[in-house]
Amino acid sequence: MTESALLEVRNLQKRFGNHEVLKDINLAVTKGEVLTIIGRSGSGKSTLLRGLNLLEPPTSGQILFHGENVLADNFDLIRYRTKVGMVFQNFNLFNNLSVLDNVVVPQVTVLKRDKGAAKKHGMEILQQMNMGPFVNAKPAQLSGGQKQRVAIARSVAMDPEMLLFDEPTSALDPEMVDDVLAAMKDLASTGLTMIVVTHEMAFARDVSDTVIFMHDGVVGEQGTPAQIFEHPREAATRDFLKRYLNRA
Amino acid sequence: MAIINWLLSVYIEVFRGTPMIVQAAVLYYGAAQAFGVNMDRTVAALVIVSINTGAYISEIIRGGIISVDEGQFEAAHALGFTHWQTMTKVILPQAIRNSLPAVTNEFIVNIKDTSVLSIISVSELFFTAETISGQSFQFFHTYLIVCGIYLIMTFTISRLFRLIEKHLDGPKNYNVMNNQMQVETPSIKDTEGDAE
Repeated sequence: MTESALLEVRNLQKRFGNHEVLKDINLAVTKGEVLTIIGRSGSGKSTLLRGLNLLEPPTSGQILFHGENVLADNFDLIRYRTKVGMVFQNFNLFNNLSVLDNVVVPQVTVLKRDKGAAKKHGMEILQQMNMGPFVNAKPAQLSGGQKQRVAIARSVAMDPEMLLFDEPTSALDPEMVDDVLAAMKDLASTGLTMIVVTHEMAFARDVSDTVIFMHDGVVGEQGTPAQIFEHPREAATRDFLKRYLNRA
Repeated sequence: MAIINWLLSVYIEVFRGTPMIVQAAVLYYGAAQAFGVNMDRTVAALVIVSINTGAYISEIIRGGIISVDEGQFEAAHALGFTHWQTMTKVILPQAIRNSLPAVTNEFIVNIKDTSVLSIISVSELFFTAETISGQSFQFFHTYLIVCGIYLIMTFTISRLFRLIEKHLDGPKNYNVMNNQMQVETPSIKDTEGDAE
């Protein structure tokens, strides 16, 4: 693994009771890299992502952020979470707050930003996401695709070094998927480091620098999109891709 | 922390699990007999009603917190919120809103239940009605009027809480349409001048 890795995972394990979901995960992400994780449902993709920001603390192993051990007792978890944002499958917008407040309140609460500055920053990002007209709406009044774009804006407004996407388009209607993927593509082009768990093979192929195929709690295969999609070495990868690509 | 938790659950179980009429008697007569404290009746009544309501409402709010989607906690934590910040900024506003109908219920039950406080001779509504009807022998009229007074009080409470609910919900769908109309207008309300 490289020295300059922004985030590095070593021998990560996660067990729920006696069920071992993540067996031995090793991976590294460098600054500006877009890493997509593909694989069957139940292969541990989401668990891995949720392990990375300690929503689901790993059973053993190491996570190094800028070379610092995230799992150490004295590690500043709050600061880490502001640096590593997360976008969820079910959006999880704060239902009690307006669109604008969803983006402003975290900045003010966690980063202690001045309210005016936070508002200005939030507006800029919401406009980039084409959500400017909806700033006064409540999440319940938005469509799925709109909610997800607000959720992305909420994470981006924290000025993170890295974003984790947990199947960001899986809960969306097909026609809304494109909007969200386009927004993510724009983000990737700004040089933001991203780890994306997805079933969108086209996105994985076109946008990512590295693709990881997860299989039974381990990294089944890792490579550039060209390697994974055109010359998969493992039988499991070939099997998985065949089903997906046939369907598309 | 464990001790505080334990004390709180004892408080809730005891005050939910015993009748208010008995609690009032225990507090008022018990304090007088055991410690020789001659409590003001109204104070004793207020204390009992408050403690009793507190036990019920704390469980109602707990239900409200449980009803808030787990994802709201996760999103807040993932953004770097502390537990306290998560509760005050995200969870409690939703939990309290969801609890309001049950809280309204509790207050209405409470107003009606003050009638049991006649046990410690507080001159509350029912106690006064008994006195008056005893003197005038106009039982039906007196108690009917008392009914009316209780109804006015509970009805006021239920309307009041409905107003609070409406206020907390904020403007409904209409506003979304307005917002969507604003798509073409570059400046957005509240943030005028801030944008760009």
